[in-house]
Amino acid sequence: MTDTIKSLAALLAEGKTSSVELSQDYLARIERLNPALNAFVTVDAEKTLLDAAAADARRASGNAGPLTGVPIAHKDIFCAEGWLTTCGSKMLSNFVSPYDAHVIEQFKAAGMPCLGKTNMDEFAMGSSNETSYYGPVRNPWDTDRVPGGSSGGSAAAVAGRLAPAATGTDTGGSIRQPAALTGITGLKPTYGVVSRYGMIAFASSLDQAGPMAQTAEDCALLLNVMAGFDPRDSTSLEREKEDYARDLNQPLAGLRIGLPREFFGAGLTGDTARAVEEAINQLKKLGAQTVEVGLPNSNLSVAAYYVLAPAEASSNLSRFDGVRYGYRTPEYRDLTDMYEKTRAEGFGPEVKRRIMIGAYVLSHGYYDAYYLQAQKLRRLIAQDFVEAFKQCDVILGPTAPTTAFKLGEKTADPVEMYLSDIYTIAVNLAGLPGMSLPCGFDAQGLPIGLQLIGDYFAEARMLGVAHQYQLASDWHTRAPAL
Amino acid sequence: MSLSLQDVQRIAHLARIRVDEAEAAGYQAQLNGIFGLIEEMQAVDTLGVAPMSHAQDLSQRLRADEISEPDRRAAFQAVAPQVENGLYLVPKVIE
Repeated sequence: MTDTIKSLAALLAEGKTSSVELSQDYLARIERLNPALNAFVTVDAEKTLLDAAAADARRASGNAGPLTGVPIAHKDIFCAEGWLTTCGSKMLSNFVSPYDAHVIEQFKAAGMPCLGKTNMDEFAMGSSNETSYYGPVRNPWDTDRVPGGSSGGSAAAVAGRLAPAATGTDTGGSIRQPAALTGITGLKPTYGVVSRYGMIAFASSLDQAGPMAQTAEDCALLLNVMAGFDPRDSTSLEREKEDYARDLNQPLAGLRIGLPREFFGAGLTGDTARAVEEAINQLKKLGAQTVEVGLPNSNLSVAAYYVLAPAEASSNLSRFDGVRYGYRTPEYRDLTDMYEKTRAEGFGPEVKRRIMIGAYVLSHGYYDAYYLQAQKLRRLIAQDFVEAFKQCDVILGPTAPTTAFKLGEKTADPVEMYLSDIYTIAVNLAGLPGMSLPCGFDAQGLPIGLQLIGDYFAEARMLGVAHQYQLASDWHTRAPAL
Repeated sequence: MSLSLQDVQRIAHLARIRVDEAEAAGYQAQLNGIFGLIEEMQAVDTLGVAPMSHAQDLSQRLRADEISEPDRRAAFQAVAPQVENGLYLVPKVIE
């Protein structure tokens, strides 16, 4: 079960396996391992096998695409017709989606069966997967530890080889940080490359979907499926279709890697610092050069993010009012009482905190001091990257300040949890593509993630750098014993 | 800046989330902690910086005023808590 998407696609093309066989193998592994990991909220073998049989029929008729028949798991933030779609919340515990997200449509069109819906932090708000109404996800490398979040179920499913790949979403690091903490490869594209249609909204100006898999090469193949213009998302970009795998074999000679001095300061210590340093040396051996760059405003990104994201969330989540879908409180006096009780009972504490922060920073008298100031800082943070990319082709640093922490270790203090995303948030504020790939292990055997940040629309180049690194290293091939 | 218990209740009401007295104290401490983090922003001089609301400088895309979606009212209302004759039911708002 350690096959990549690429190798599974080859087996299918050669007729050495079928989609039904593959899907059955993964479903059996999910049945065996999910009770310990809680990576999936919903598994529906019948639906998966129907998809798989259709994929096999499509291949038999000679109409298979490159990934037809390869199964994939989807984060439970994507609406999928006929599937329970909970977004990790009690609020949507009864929501069977009547329609497909664009991302789901794209995977259906590619003929890739859905293996199930993966667990996540409630409404994607969290960095440890502990805010899910459906219980925490456990890290396959050490089940006393978190897998990161919010795409923790997808990360654990791929790391534990319960699925060959999964979708995720990243608003402040929710693909990259869990990828780092579970030893897999995950990519957040440039804002606007993947449609947000049918992806339950958290902070609309930051949310972006992307692939999570074992390798950069797989991420490239998956992004080829996911990306594309969709008029139903007003921020979807109208661009020529591109092949994200086109630069995978480009040598690194002459590549200029920017090392932000702010990412290599006092906060970066121990095994993470050592592993990132060794990855830099490896890339230099492959012909890359390094150049020191500055991101002087990046230290403000967490503060600005915790104004902007909650502000957008407070607006987006106002739709959960117990009227059109989802949970409604059983007893109420009047309309306001119904709203207040429905939302008090349907949302968990982290979601409520963020909605309240958002309501406050947008309220009369505080807008300029908080929301407008945060938008100005966002500009400064984005401009730092524009300056940095004048000197380099790709930016490199750690993905997360620490490896996987223990369940319960950071739940008492929200601020401590928020600092898990200190290296990832600036990328979302700027709207740039970023990815995490495995670059080693700490003394306790926990995976360490390396972050690459590309310029706008430089996914292919960034994936090429990651692929060349993975050709020269084997961290991405390591899997936990399960 | 420090939020009082009254502030917490006012914000909760703005957000239409019922918070009882026992919970309010917990939220007060947590929200004040988060605002402690956010306050770092105030030290930065942003005079003359244009606010950035979005990652891409896009103008709103327009489309022709044509019907593009099929009628799926029944499917969409099948997931609603309470409907009758194609209408969403809510508590009475006008006497």
